[in-house]
Amino acid sequence: MNIDGVNTGLVLDHIKAGEGWAIYNLLGLDKVDCTVAIIQRVQSGKYGKKDIIKIDGDVDIDLDILGYFDDKITVNMIRDRVLFKKVHLKLPETITGVLECRNPRCITSVEQEIVHQFKLSDPETKKYRCVYCDTVYKEKN
Amino acid sequence: MSELRHLINITDLSVEEIDHLIEVADDIIENPEAYQEICRHKKLATLFFEPSTRTRLSFTAAMMDLGGNVLGFDQAASSSASKGESVSDTVTMVSGYADIIAMRHPKEGAPFVAARRATVPIINGGDGGHFHPTQTLTDLMTIHRKKGEFKNLTIGLCGDLKFGRTVHSLIEAMIRYENIRFIMISPEELDLPEYIKETLDNAGIEWKEVRRLEDAIPELDVLYMTRVQRERFFNEEDYIRLKDSFVLHRRMLDTAKEDMIVMHPLPRVNEISVDVDDDPRAAYFFQALMGKYIRMALILFLLGMK
Repeated sequence: MNIDGVNTGLVLDHIKAGEGWAIYNLLGLDKVDCTVAIIQRVQSGKYGKKDIIKIDGDVDIDLDILGYFDDKITVNMIRDRVLFKKVHLKLPETITGVLECRNPRCITSVEQEIVHQFKLSDPETKKYRCVYCDTVYKEKN
Repeated sequence: MSELRHLINITDLSVEEIDHLIEVADDIIENPEAYQEICRHKKLATLFFEPSTRTRLSFTAAMMDLGGNVLGFDQAASSSASKGESVSDTVTMVSGYADIIAMRHPKEGAPFVAARRATVPIINGGDGGHFHPTQTLTDLMTIHRKKGEFKNLTIGLCGDLKFGRTVHSLIEAMIRYENIRFIMISPEELDLPEYIKETLDNAGIEWKEVRRLEDAIPELDVLYMTRVQRERFFNEEDYIRLKDSFVLHRRMLDTAKEDMIVMHPLPRVNEISVDVDDDPRAAYFFQALMGKYIRMALILFLLGMK
């Protein structure tokens, strides 16, 4: 199978196998005006199998969100077909406007215009707390 | 101009700053005349979005004893919050009318939101079940006045340790001092939350749990009582079975140290029998008085005057 290389853009490597579509949706790549390829279940020396996303175009992606979702992903930045920067993601210190606090006693539950914000409280367990009420974020309550 | 400071959580203050506040409060007690005009022409706004007796009155009394004025409201219904105004808008507006704001709000994090917008210091007077730092300062001031120093103390925390915000804040404040031990006295249903236990373990603090108040009393230097609330129990039987295990009567003090102190954030309902009130170890009304002095010191500190 042959997929063209990227001229100027991004290659998101080491995505956990099967998570490519979720990342595609998370980053809103359906809305970008350039070529995007999702390559699934590629053989990887490091992880067994992995997904890769190639984006051929100048797009801005939120590395904090990506880092929160999966800090094992590597972001390769390509310019004129040359790798000019490789970013190893890490858990962001704060996440703003993405996760929502579900504590019904939190001020964000009654004032809709307050931007939800979480801060990293324990990197080992990937625990984030609401900056307003300190409630730990849970994916599903 | 000095940096604008707020008090949202007790950990916003360093140990040195708390020591400083206590020193100023001590001086206020010794020399009240020196402070009675110090805040002349200054205004404290008390924004109480939910009712409170002690906290609001002690803030009011504190500012009056400093010679300042007080304005505000004591329930959301009498404020523009009832018309849907946001906390941010309310404090932005009030920042123009007052030099410092004390606020209580039923929603957790509301004072933090206020502090992001206010141009005057914000004091959190309680945000839901979250933080209540001036109660903690009150507790520290009481322990200081009664015990002299914050070390080598065994502190018994009794009652609702699960939902009791005053207990959580007091633990956070006290673990910063030397050789503090805790005895947790509660029904299993109202045990300390796991994250607070983790905080104690991570700080290397010695602590244990007991299920009967009588078992802990002989070891204690401080007994901090809180209310066991009926609504916290899933069934009435458990409540009835347990409620009397956590009521302090005068005769139970027979095994206590002569200089132990009994504290309570008030209001008490049944958990301390009135026959304890005349015992010299009862410190809860003294504690309420200390709340005024430490709030006076806090107001001066946040206004950059002391």
